[in-house]
Amino acid sequence: MKQGYFTVLTNEKLTSNVYKMTLAGDTKAIERPGQFVNIQIDGLFLRRPISVCDLEDGKLTIIYKVVGKGTEKMSAMDGGEILDILTGLGNGYFTDFAGDKPLLIGGGVGVPPLYYLAKCLLKEGKTPTVILGFNTASEIFYKDEFEDLGIKTIVCTADGSVGVKGFVTDGVDQVGEYTHVYTCGPEPMLKAVYNKTTSDGSYSFEERMGCGFGACMGCSCKTKYGNKRICKDGPVLQKEEIIW
Amino acid sequence: MVNTRVNLCGVELKNPVVPASGTFGFGYEFNDIYDINVLGGISIKGTTKDARFGNPTPRIAECTSGLINSIGLQNPGIEKVINEEIPKLRSVYNNVIISNISGFSIDEYKYCCEKINAVKDVDIIEVNISCPNVHNGGMSFGTSPENAQAVTKAVKSVTDKPVFIKLTPNVTDIVSIAKACEEGGADGISLINTSQGLRIDLNKRRPVIANKIGGFSGRAIFPIALKMVYQVYEAVKIPIIGIGGVATAEDVIEMMMAGATAVQVGAENLVNPYACRDIVNNLPRVMQKYKINDLNEIIGEAHK
Ligand SMILES: Cc1cc2nc3c(=O)[nH]c(=O)nc-3n(C[C@H](O)[C@H](O)[C@H](O)COP(=O)(O)OP(=O)(O)OC[C@H]3O[C@@H](n4cnc5c(N)ncnc54)[C@H](O)[C@@H]3O)c2cc1C
Ligand SMILES: Cc1cc2nc3c(=O)[nH]c(=O)nc-3n(C[C@H](O)[C@H](O)[C@H](O)COP(=O)(O)O)c2cc1C
Ligand code: FES
Repeated sequence: MKQGYFTVLTNEKLTSNVYKMTLAGDTKAIERPGQFVNIQIDGLFLRRPISVCDLEDGKLTIIYKVVGKGTEKMSAMDGGEILDILTGLGNGYFTDFAGDKPLLIGGGVGVPPLYYLAKCLLKEGKTPTVILGFNTASEIFYKDEFEDLGIKTIVCTADGSVGVKGFVTDGVDQVGEYTHVYTCGPEPMLKAVYNKTTSDGSYSFEERMGCGFGACMGCSCKTKYGNKRICKDGPVLQKEEIIW
Repeated sequence: MVNTRVNLCGVELKNPVVPASGTFGFGYEFNDIYDINVLGGISIKGTTKDARFGNPTPRIAECTSGLINSIGLQNPGIEKVINEEIPKLRSVYNNVIISNISGFSIDEYKYCCEKINAVKDVDIIEVNISCPNVHNGGMSFGTSPENAQAVTKAVKSVTDKPVFIKLTPNVTDIVSIAKACEEGGADGISLINTSQGLRIDLNKRRPVIANKIGGFSGRAIFPIALKMVYQVYEAVKIPIIGIGGVATAEDVIEMMMAGATAVQVGAENLVNPYACRDIVNNLPRVMQKYKINDLNEIIGEAHK
């Protein structure tokens, strides 16, 4: 973990309530995809945890949905702001588990961490496939970005307005063989993926956090391997250890 | 050179800054981000006889200038704390260790204190009779002078280490409880634990925290803690550790002027992991600003 000051470079609206922010600062503490950062926002006591979406020569990209006070304040930033951010938090996704044909499954704002993961997997010579789940056409983001990486991208919408009609689990039916599942999204989606898929998997969870770095026990959960802190021992849990 | 050394019933701290129980894990984890040997002492996570998972999540709710927590004393149990956690801390840290213990009956408090008494690395025992997040335990011992005194006497009978009783602000008369502890043989008083609080999620129209009510702390409670330290200082002769909303070196000095010999920093560590280190670093400069050469001279000075 490292504390640092980041400068907001850009803050772009991707859909009616989802934004993409790029930041410049010291990103050395970020070790792998699936980790998150914890952002201090003026006037709010607790920091806000957001996943790393991309990392490129000192430039950090995050994608966030406006749901409350903190993300609302972030959405009003237009560049030049300086943010106090803790980086390198959480265990993240380990690419060693991937096998040759990893399957990446994201729902809503669970999609962002899969982007940096996909890039890392490609660099290691793997062939990832990605399934992106959204409610409807207007909520879709990052489809083009994944396609531009040259990987097979399956979009599912609950209302069928784009791609496969249904949930991400309906997308799984379109995929042949896969060696490992990497997933992030709302808990009901994770559970559906857990039941639907047949391989091992790395599942990224959310919890309300006090610190985000393991000090307060605010984010504990039970696993088959004992109690874990989502912020430090997670957010990624292995399929075999999950207790629903 | 200013003097920041203080003395808690014979135990010397190189400065009065101590991370508060429950907000600093077992301490050694923080050594990865700064040298924890800058700290005067560390109060480690509250420990019970048996291991506890604690309360269901969500356990955290944000408030203006603070947070509500409902951890429910999650800890690995006294044996593991003694055999694994304290040795791990001691291997990277040379200063004062305060072991914070809790229980659900007087026998459990006694059991834990007796065990900790045998641990050479522990300098002070802090007895938490103020946890608002567990039923039939914790705070129920801290809300009447009789119960508080009974716990104090029981733990004092099994240890010769200095015992600080940690009090809850959720009472009508903090002074009578502090006095009862002093009469029961307490070597010092830690105050305050968290104040009870509630937040409701407007979307869900239900409390944010699974356990509904939790313990409120952070910068917002500083004046409440300060007032209680001030009142208790007038009523007891034993030293006080001032806790509640401390976030800056100025807060440390204010707490000490109210009557604290040392202070603990809780919630601030969660939002600024370097909070205690920063306070320690700033303290000499702030002392000079207020023309303080020796912190011992200002303890309780606001009463004069
Ligand atoms: C490891 C992790 C990674 C995340 N990554 C992303 C991401 O990449 N993009 C994204 O849009 N969102 C992400 N989230 C969710 C994001 O943290 C919340 O949406 C955000 O904290 C809401 O803040 P707010 O002030 O707008 O909402 P408010 O409701 O005003 O927040 C009040 C409090 O509740 C907490 N909170 C509210 N919702 C959540 C939630 N879902 N999870 C955890 N805490 C919450 C806030 O942090 C704050 O402490 C992630 C959460 C976690 C735990
Ligand atoms: C997340 C959290 C966990 C806590 N756990 C304990 C505990 O185990 N034992 C204890 O005596 N106090 C515990 N406390 C109370 C603190 O030690 C401290 O008394 C209180 O938070 C007030 O200080 P603050 O305003 O600086 O946070 C906890 C507080 C928080 C925020
Ligand atoms: S949020 Fe503090 S331990 Fe996870």
